[in-house]
Amino acid sequence: MSVPEGKPSDLLSSYDPGLYFDELFGSMDLPAEHTALIRQRLSGLDFDELRRRAQDVERELYNLGITFIVYSEKDAVDRILPFDIIPRVISSKEWAHLEAGVTQRVAALNLFLHDIYHDQKILKDGIIPRDLVEGNHNFRPQMIGLDVPFNTYIHIMGTDLVRDRQGVFRVLEDNGRVPSGVSYVVENRHMMQRVFPDLLQDIGIRPVDNYGHKLLDAMMEIAPQGVDDPQVALLSPGTYNSAYFEHIFLAREMGVPLVEGRDLVVENDRVYMKTTNGLAPLHSIYRRLDDAFLDPRAFNPDSLLGVPGILEAYRKGNVALANAIGTGVADDKAVYCYVPRMIKYYLDQDPIIPNVDTRICREPDALQYTLDHLSELVVKPVGEAGGYGITIGPRASKAELEDCRAKLLADPSNYISQPVVDLSVCPTVTEDGIEPRHVDLRPFAITGKSTWVLPGGLSRVALKKGTLIVNSSQGGGSKDTWVLEGAA
Amino acid sequence: MNLLARYAESIFWMARYMERAENLARILDVHESFSRDTRGATNWFSIVQLNADEKDFFSRHDRPTAEAVIHYYMFDAQNSNSLLSMLRIARENARALRPWISTEMWTQINVFHNKLLEMSVKDVATQNLSKVCTWIKEECQTHTGITEGTFYRDQGWYFYQMGKYIERADQTTRLLDIKYHTLLPSPADVGSTLDASQWTTVLRSTAGYHAFRRVYPRGMSPTTVAGFMLYNEGFPRSVVMCVRQIDGVLTRMRSRYEMRGGSNAMERVDELLAALLSRPIEAVLRDGLHQYLDWVQLQLSGITTEIAQAFFGVDAPLAVQSQSQ
Repeated sequence: MSVPEGKPSDLLSSYDPGLYFDELFGSMDLPAEHTALIRQRLSGLDFDELRRRAQDVERELYNLGITFIVYSEKDAVDRILPFDIIPRVISSKEWAHLEAGVTQRVAALNLFLHDIYHDQKILKDGIIPRDLVEGNHNFRPQMIGLDVPFNTYIHIMGTDLVRDRQGVFRVLEDNGRVPSGVSYVVENRHMMQRVFPDLLQDIGIRPVDNYGHKLLDAMMEIAPQGVDDPQVALLSPGTYNSAYFEHIFLAREMGVPLVEGRDLVVENDRVYMKTTNGLAPLHSIYRRLDDAFLDPRAFNPDSLLGVPGILEAYRKGNVALANAIGTGVADDKAVYCYVPRMIKYYLDQDPIIPNVDTRICREPDALQYTLDHLSELVVKPVGEAGGYGITIGPRASKAELEDCRAKLLADPSNYISQPVVDLSVCPTVTEDGIEPRHVDLRPFAITGKSTWVLPGGLSRVALKKGTLIVNSSQGGGSKDTWVLEGAA
Repeated sequence: MNLLARYAESIFWMARYMERAENLARILDVHESFSRDTRGATNWFSIVQLNADEKDFFSRHDRPTAEAVIHYYMFDAQNSNSLLSMLRIARENARALRPWISTEMWTQINVFHNKLLEMSVKDVATQNLSKVCTWIKEECQTHTGITEGTFYRDQGWYFYQMGKYIERADQTTRLLDIKYHTLLPSPADVGSTLDASQWTTVLRSTAGYHAFRRVYPRGMSPTTVAGFMLYNEGFPRSVVMCVRQIDGVLTRMRSRYEMRGGSNAMERVDELLAALLSRPIEAVLRDGLHQYLDWVQLQLSGITTEIAQAFFGVDAPLAVQSQSQ
């Protein structure tokens, strides 16, 4: 069934994004002219037809096993990441801005990591408090003085962006350890191409399917010098990891083995894979394992997932790791607040994409302000990921606010606070018709010698009405993200 | 390209469990006609005996009713010999292999497993058993076909075939054994109509009846049927045929990939093949088919152990292949 062109219908006519910036319609000040044709095509669709297509996608995702694993007390269940078939659209101009902003941010964070593991100028100059860096549990003294190829530490970066009421993109969070979600970007596009070819037709959307190729290039670039044909592998915690599908996806796209810790062995400070024909050398590892689990000899001794001795092989330069060890200090929620100053300090530039205004509760004034305005603010623990432990002031009950206050007072340096950002919305298929739902955006940047940003990124959508938390672990879904072709 | 030892092991077992599932479906399918007593009732207990599952079965069931036995062998997740358990293991292996096998192979196993998971013994009221078994058999054959048509032919393919043929040889010995183990022919029955129809069923369950007729147009005796299933050189489920395949696959793989390991496995396969080819069926039947089948099963399990030791890294890590660079 094809989309009738130009026939006005009711599908979007009663749609109301309310006070929020809308990704498909824009705002009064910033109307989204670039989405006119897409809106027109969507308007011509029948709601039942849209629902049917949406169901087709979900069945397909489940059958293909494009799933993540949710653990309950009793067992592990395969879940698909719910997928909404109305795309999120970014103009070529908006994208040029975002691409430059993400590239700038990656550059600053890599310079920062190099600095703190070498001369520590930024600490000596008092730009960032020393204890915030050295006292951070993700700071790795083992990295001090170690040189990494091209001074790149964060080879794969996921930058969480939100868009406020004015339509301004802001950085909410940096993910510089093992950011996930890129497989959904590529698979979502595949799904759209299958179920919605008539919507995509002649729009001119920048492709996303060369991500694996770009990643492999970077992995080869950072491999130890003098190896002719470096062996690359993806190191996964295994089939029970909730992101296992993504590990499979990336290993396949790169055409490299997916290995687990038990497949590897270190001898004479070199890393080998156990194969059917003995040990085979391994040179470059995209590891989807946190620092803490990487090497039981160096970090968590209880880890069964890691490879004993791999840190020493890495320090000797016999194996490359992406991301580098010790990047967690750069994507810490407290360090985040200093990134704009970092950009100024290292690059002498203003941030292209601003942060969300953030208060660091370790600072007495900020703590006081946070306590005084608790009901207006979002309070986040600095060490957690996945949307856990967050208190959203305006939506919290009295008891939740008091609980939050107690935690803040007990351990202020574990928290930051931010104003509630009114995340932009995007038309989304729901039980009750097309309704606005909040979205964020996570672009992915790959850096070897230089930085490349995947056009678009993962648009996560909070499917529950009114909720702002888009994480998959909290009932979020995703949308295909279209970056339109054209001169910026 | 190198094959991870863990992948080789997973491929081997994925193939075995899919083959095993197909054979169990075949056995369940023909069981009704297999084990009717003189009054025409089906003796479901014999299938429990066949698998030596009495202890486990009776720890959860009082009586071997049709429903209990069917549930036990189809849907009982606690029974590692149930179809659901086999599919679960095959799927777990396939899941670990997703970076290596074709998407189509994975998707088919995944969907097959999920469908089986949604079924219950109520869906298989006895009259539908045959239909469900046919479906399972066809899903297994679909797997075989998809694998043949999509699995990239590198080392993994060799391990797949080794797993499949070892399992198939083993299953053929078990199927033959049912006839003897559960229906020890009383002298009066030998040569009777009942006896002939049971031998026909054995052949039919392995899709070998028509081929057998072509080779032996007249008559059917325990000697000819057992000989056909053990030694026939053209029947794809005969033990000799399977062991020849194992022999060929192992030889070709070791030479193509210049593999140092596996000589012990090779030796054991050669020994088994030589032994199979040197005994006439009459002598086997005279000395006891059951003991002979047991011995063959033992040899197959020994070959598996040797393959695991040579290729799956169960020992200490093998010698360093080469220094890098």
